[in-house]
Amino acid sequence: MDKMESFDAAAVALVRAGDRDAFRPIVERYSEMLFRLAYRITGNEADAEEIVQETFLRAYRKLDSFDGRSSVSTWLFRIATNCSLDQLNRRKVQPQALAMDPEGDETPPGERVRSEQPNPERLAYNAEMQANIHAALQSLSNVERTAFVLRHVEGCSIEEIAATLRVRSGTARQSLFRAVEKVRKFLAPVMRPAG
Amino acid sequence: MKHLSQEDLVLHYYAEGGAKISEHIGECPECHANFEQLSRSLSAISLPEPPLRGENYGAEVWNGIRPKLAERSTAAWWWMFPRRSVAVAAVALLIVMAFVAGRYSKRPPVNPPREATNKGQLPQKVLVVALGDYLDRSEMLLVEVAHANRPEDLDLNTQRRYAHELVASNRLYRQTAQRVGDVETGALLDQLERVLLQVEHAPQSATAADIQQLREEIDSGALLFKIRVVQVHMKAEAKSGNRAGNVEDPNTLQDQRPIL
Repeated sequence: MDKMESFDAAAVALVRAGDRDAFRPIVERYSEMLFRLAYRITGNEADAEEIVQETFLRAYRKLDSFDGRSSVSTWLFRIATNCSLDQLNRRKVQPQALAMDPEGDETPPGERVRSEQPNPERLAYNAEMQANIHAALQSLSNVERTAFVLRHVEGCSIEEIAATLRVRSGTARQSLFRAVEKVRKFLAPVMRPAG
Repeated sequence: MKHLSQEDLVLHYYAEGGAKISEHIGECPECHANFEQLSRSLSAISLPEPPLRGENYGAEVWNGIRPKLAERSTAAWWWMFPRRSVAVAAVALLIVMAFVAGRYSKRPPVNPPREATNKGQLPQKVLVVALGDYLDRSEMLLVEVAHANRPEDLDLNTQRRYAHELVASNRLYRQTAQRVGDVETGALLDQLERVLLQVEHAPQSATAADIQQLREEIDSGALLFKIRVVQVHMKAEAKSGNRAGNVEDPNTLQDQRPIL
């Protein structure tokens, strides 16, 4: 347990004991992290903000079920993922299109800098890619899309995805495979050959 | 040679495929080519960065949800204490309770207990409930240090790490103690934090003199004793469901020697 986790555990103990205001440091620390997660799953800013609030309210209500085996941040991450999934199911949210790098850059997404001035050919190519990616995402079920985001963007293991979505690991793995296959199928016509 | 399935390749891409898949890709040109193609597709996909939030986003979220947070019941407070801690502390507590019972049988309480319906009771109970586990863990650390005569008696690295964690929590408890006006507990936590900080920052290669200094710091303020007195009060209050509000100032108990 590191210093932050210890602080979180103390805050949780106080909240459980009835001090609502002890929940504040937890909310302030993790709001942005949860917003980013919710936005990535739903692709919608307003929905992501709503999910952040719902996550904390749900966490507060279920605080007695937090057993401390995982960190508070992991626990909140899981709740936020399920809130996002609920939101997708409830509103049939269409996710924002994924961004595609036509050069196949393997740099982690967060580190990419798009400094090149796109030429007309490149712009047209990107537009086609975006359309295909959008279509690919539309074809994914909410669970497939969530599994894909958790694995591809958040770097969660299949076991973690299974625990988060409360499914068996085989189910989580199949959801990821199906998502990858569907995305690849939609991208195949516009993928440039290697070299 | 049996080639790898697409599922195997996906697992390998996400570093969950294992050594056999990795070896096969290294040896089989066809699977290697398939994997390269898969990698190109997947590595090209990235999500747009979420819009940035303002510096006060966390506070805004808090303000949004604060009115919706219901009062929590503290009825099941005992479930919060780790059972191992309760078991370990039980024996020590029995000894201390016997000692404290002796003290209290000699004179009546300074103030009569408050009524259970006293409005000031709830916030203090909050502190009582939350502090239990924290004081248990602090006590264990202090006992370890107090019993060490030489540096080799003490796993200082572990104790430093524990102290580091306990210091992190201490501030929150002190804030709550201040908020509910519990001066005595606040003072105890303040004293405890000073000792914990010394343990946390003890030198890597502590000498016998360093250990002795830590022991003296614990002994001089009768810290262990004060913690145990507070623990006894807390458990008694929790049992009776009533915090008397007349917990004796641990600073007035310095004539009493720690049990250890």
